Amino acid sequence: MHYVFQFGIVYDNLPLLLHGALLTIRLSALAMLFGAVVGVLGAAVSTSSSRWARGIVRAYVEVIRNTPFLVQLFIIYFSLPAIGLRFRADQAALLGMTINLGAYATEIIRGGIESIPAGQIEAGRALGLRRWHIFRFIVLLPALRVVYPALVSQFILLMLGSSVISSISAEDLTAVTNSLQSTTFRSFEFYFAATAIYFVMALGFRLVLDGLGWLLFQRRTAS
Amino acid sequence: MSRGFGWTEFLFVLTGLRWTILLSLAAMAGGSLLGLLVAILRTAPIRPLRWVARGFIEVLQGTPVLMQLFLTYYGLAIVLDLRIDPWPAVVLALTLNAAAFLGEIWRGSIEAIPRTQWEAAQSLALRYPQQLMLVILPQALRISVPATVGFLVQLIKSTAIASLIGFVELTRAGQLMTSVTFEPMTIYPVVAMLYFIICWPLSLASGMLERKMGRTSRVTDPRS
Repeated sequence: MHYVFQFGIVYDNLPLLLHGALLTIRLSALAMLFGAVVGVLGAAVSTSSSRWARGIVRAYVEVIRNTPFLVQLFIIYFSLPAIGLRFRADQAALLGMTINLGAYATEIIRGGIESIPAGQIEAGRALGLRRWHIFRFIVLLPALRVVYPALVSQFILLMLGSSVISSISAEDLTAVTNSLQSTTFRSFEFYFAATAIYFVMALGFRLVLDGLGWLLFQRRTAS
Repeated sequence: MSRGFGWTEFLFVLTGLRWTILLSLAAMAGGSLLGLLVAILRTAPIRPLRWVARGFIEVLQGTPVLMQLFLTYYGLAIVLDLRIDPWPAVVLALTLNAAAFLGEIWRGSIEAIPRTQWEAAQSLALRYPQQLMLVILPQALRISVPATVGFLVQLIKSTAIASLIGFVELTRAGQLMTSVTFEPMTIYPVVAMLYFIICWPLSLASGMLERKMGRTSRVTDPRS
């Protein structure tokens, strides 16, 4: 083995790598926001009394959770244009990430909602609260507080999983790394650097999301 | 003139499915062996061993599996100056990744076994390896079954990334057929359906086992 590692070339191209990382961060952050909204709506529907609506959400969750994210992306980016739905690569990526995360978030938040004792809701009714207020303050907020750590883990899995969006030509960190390594033949160095950047991004997202969780939930209970 | 998506094309996609299953089984087998080692180290009575296992888990769970695959396939090939075929590269990368996830799942199950079980084994004059092998692991692995089956679904889905280094499994077979038939609207949903047919029963089984075990463990838990 006479391989000489050259990380200098990675350093020279760091701005390009970080530019790719920025797209990964932007798409992930947006997908987390939209995915959480889809998750709350999905969970609300799947704990509602309408059997029909529950069935649709159930099907959505099961289909998404039992097929690879990569194939979901291919369907959005390559199949949907056949019926006239055409997206740019980054739009397709964001849509795919949102749909994917939405399914997992639905399932996680549903678990939280089902853990709320029925007595709590009855107590809310006895106090004469409106349905919307019961859902918001007695069901949703306590449920979100319980499942928040699980949601954060799912968010981070999504961010790491987003590396496959490079395969539909979205210019994320992986895509930038792919093109750099193919022109410089320094595959090990570039993939090593990209892996390290993903690791740091995962840590960063965890810190920010944990902080956000503290702001949203802990502070309120402490006071 | 292009061909349509007919019986021949469907059979080709099915051949891809066979490789997806083989790949999943190989990675699950390798990942189980290595993952068991990781779980044992992660709960070992020697602190540096726990650190090593924890570092392994943190790094592999904190980075994309696609990067792990590219590092193995492109990176190692250049560093070691040898040509690695896609198959061993994918199996190696997915084995390492599975070992981290399974190691973490099984660590949780080992730690869920009450301390008193260790103490009971100790009082029977068993040494650490025997305590682990004869008393703790049989119980721990039993309660880890639902999560392990759940992880198998994740593993099967992650084999799809093998297509990105040109290994012809289910997803790649679908891509190849798309490029000859120009019918992505039929083929990718068919590919998704095939994954679903494999993964859904496993997901259902995992959920059922979890509910069943949740009941039994509540009944037999002496503390409740």
